[in-house]
Amino acid sequence: MLLATTMSVVVTVGIVASLFPTAVRTMITIGTQIIGISWAPLFEPPEYGILPLFTGTIFIVAIAMLVAVPVGLAAAIFLSDYATFNLRRVVKPILEILAGIPTVVLGLFGLYVVNPLYVEKYWPIGEPLAYSALGAGFVTGILIVPIIASVADDALSAVPRAMREAAYALGATRREVASKVVFNAGLSGVVAALILAFARAFGETTIALMVAGSFPKFTANPGDPMMSLSAFIGFAGIGDAEVGSNAYNTIFLIGAILFLITLIFNIVGNRIIAKYREAYE
Amino acid sequence: MSQTISLKSRLSPRRTLIDGAFRFFLYLSIFISLGMIFWIVSSLWNEAGWLLSWDLLTKYPSYDIDNAGFQSPLVGSLWVVGIATLVALPTGLLTALYLEEFAGKGNKFSRLIELNIQNLAGVPAVVFGLIGLAFIVRGFVKWGFTVGSAAAVIAMLMLPVIIIVSREAIRAVPPSYREGALALGATPWQAVWRLVLPSAIPGTATGSILAVSRAIGESAPLLLLGALSFVTFNPTGLDSPFTIMPLTIFKYASDSREEFQILASAGSLILMAVLFILNLIAIILRDIATRKRNV
Repeated sequence: MLLATTMSVVVTVGIVASLFPTAVRTMITIGTQIIGISWAPLFEPPEYGILPLFTGTIFIVAIAMLVAVPVGLAAAIFLSDYATFNLRRVVKPILEILAGIPTVVLGLFGLYVVNPLYVEKYWPIGEPLAYSALGAGFVTGILIVPIIASVADDALSAVPRAMREAAYALGATRREVASKVVFNAGLSGVVAALILAFARAFGETTIALMVAGSFPKFTANPGDPMMSLSAFIGFAGIGDAEVGSNAYNTIFLIGAILFLITLIFNIVGNRIIAKYREAYE
Repeated sequence: MSQTISLKSRLSPRRTLIDGAFRFFLYLSIFISLGMIFWIVSSLWNEAGWLLSWDLLTKYPSYDIDNAGFQSPLVGSLWVVGIATLVALPTGLLTALYLEEFAGKGNKFSRLIELNIQNLAGVPAVVFGLIGLAFIVRGFVKWGFTVGSAAAVIAMLMLPVIIIVSREAIRAVPPSYREGALALGATPWQAVWRLVLPSAIPGTATGSILAVSRAIGESAPLLLLGALSFVTFNPTGLDSPFTIMPLTIFKYASDSREEFQILASAGSLILMAVLFILNLIAIILRDIATRKRNV
């Protein structure tokens, strides 16, 4: 039993041990070249400016959050304060099915539907291509709606009944109870939901690779193709990257960056959740 | 005072309006999120519904649309996720039992493990592919691009999820069960093995099925493990080369010709059907679990 328990620690140690030696070594060779606007480590001569990967990631995640936050939070408020017991029993499993759609299917949807039928047709700036950060962001948004909805719903549903009843007794309407009393009381849990969803969008690989393309363009036009940090790992790792090659070294470097950033967000998110659990249990 | 007091709301028109608008926005959001599923499935169906036939399950991947099917990726997914589940489920369940039943609360060691599991669950899936590439494919294990390597990576990915859901299921077992058994003279181990574990099974099963369905749909980590190739035979063992459903779809999708678009969509429909059935089983199991608890 103890042996089983230590397995999870072994995995974490394995991740750290696999990522960081190569990442640090690569970082030392690249040095300050990393602050640059051209990322082409697989070409001759290689270029290591990491900024395009960051802007690509930020655009995709920001668009995803823009799509998912209002819809996800509204779904959470609906589930916790508006839906009847039976409606809840129907809606929750359907949301779970949405959460269970494989990312490759969502990517396909972005590639075959969102990009050609919407982004290419209606996006006004530039000359839209088959790939776009806008499409990838939208589809990643679909991916994280159920995460926001379910974690935030847990938080809002954990707000004690007495608080709701007190507000109703004072003459508040259902919206006022839901949006002012319950939402504020469960705010920390809601924030945690957003952070966890953010981390999920941040690490999403397949959608970014399929929909935003694999060209690390440094641009501010969301209708352009872009490459995210995680998409680069997927892209460069497809070919059998040989140990010591540029492809091999850089995917571990990017992997380490990805790991550290998501780790920070997850720690903060989980800590907030632990806090509201303490407060209401 | 014989005047009747109306209990109907006497809200100002403004408040009524805002409340109505808010309610409309909520219903709209739910409608949008549920409509997404319909939108996605129906666009796939329009693209490839006509192609669906049992032949797709018996033929092998090919660049020739008339002879292309999904047998080897389906069998490959089954192998990889099946073996991963065989490894991750017992390990995860034992960890959950240990943390819930045997480790002292607030114990430093168990706090460390808990924190570790939480964070492991949030690590991007593609990073698990990197550890697979460094240690399992090459490194000291050296299994190469095989079913065994892929199963090991997927097992690592599933482990934290299974631990988390099993712990919740175990926590939901009323303490009175345990206390009753202990009062009757059972050893702690007997109480856990004969009472707590059986009552936690429906909950654990629900969570584990969801973990399995997530694993079946996972593509990113195996992208790094050589699964992105046309393998036109079924795996025969741990050391076989393999491909899986999501990456076969990915492979077809990276070719922009129309017929591959259709094949990719057809594969997605098959994959979604498998996951839908798994989800349905999970939902039914959970219903049974909650009903039992409420009796």
